[in-house]
Amino acid sequence: MIELLYFAWVRERIGVDGEVLPLPEGVATVAALLDWLAGRSEGHATALADRGRVRVAVDQVFAQADTPVTAGAEVAIFPPVTGG
Amino acid sequence: MILVRVQAEPLDLAPLLPEGGDTGAVVTFTGFVRGDANELGGLVSLTLDHYPAMTERALAAIAAEAERRWPILAGRVVHRVGRMLPGEAIVHVAVASSHRAAAFAAAEFLMDWLKTKAPFWKAEERAGGTTWVEARASDDLAAARWE
Repeated sequence: MIELLYFAWVRERIGVDGEVLPLPEGVATVAALLDWLAGRSEGHATALADRGRVRVAVDQVFAQADTPVTAGAEVAIFPPVTGG
Repeated sequence: MILVRVQAEPLDLAPLLPEGGDTGAVVTFTGFVRGDANELGGLVSLTLDHYPAMTERALAAIAAEAERRWPILAGRVVHRVGRMLPGEAIVHVAVASSHRAAAFAAAEFLMDWLKTKAPFWKAEERAGGTTWVEARASDDLAAARWE
């Protein structure tokens, strides 16, 4: 299983603040995870349409497209940050 | 030691007072919600969303980097979350050091990295509705100066 968390407009477009899903075989990186998620619903597709505007953290650390994703991970998906 | 905290309550803006005799400078920065009264519609409120499990961890990592780079005697980074009104404080950074150059630099560094490396998101409520604030390229450039 993998725990997904969504924030800001990613959460609004997907329509839930998170979900726990079985990690499909062959999905081993952040990029592959986003590709797989984008196919789950229209909301997921809209939220993840422009990968340049999406940021990801794996286990609470900022990740890149090639960062490994394994079962049990907490993966957060969100827009570029705007605090301060 | 730089203390970091995230809170929904209004920020305490009391100055950081030196402990012991080595402090020669304290630099404080406070960011406030702008009302943008001159812009059509003005700002009604600002809501800060964040990723609770990661936020303080990210702030602590930024603070540790500041302490690695400058001789900081004391400091704090406090960020507010939730809904706030124009004039209210969003973020408060204070750094104490023996000399002003380190205190100024560290305070600026903390703000530049906080704005680009800590998981907060601003939503602006105006008369026409609520929109998420877009990240600014100028903030990325400001943060990159310290890489």
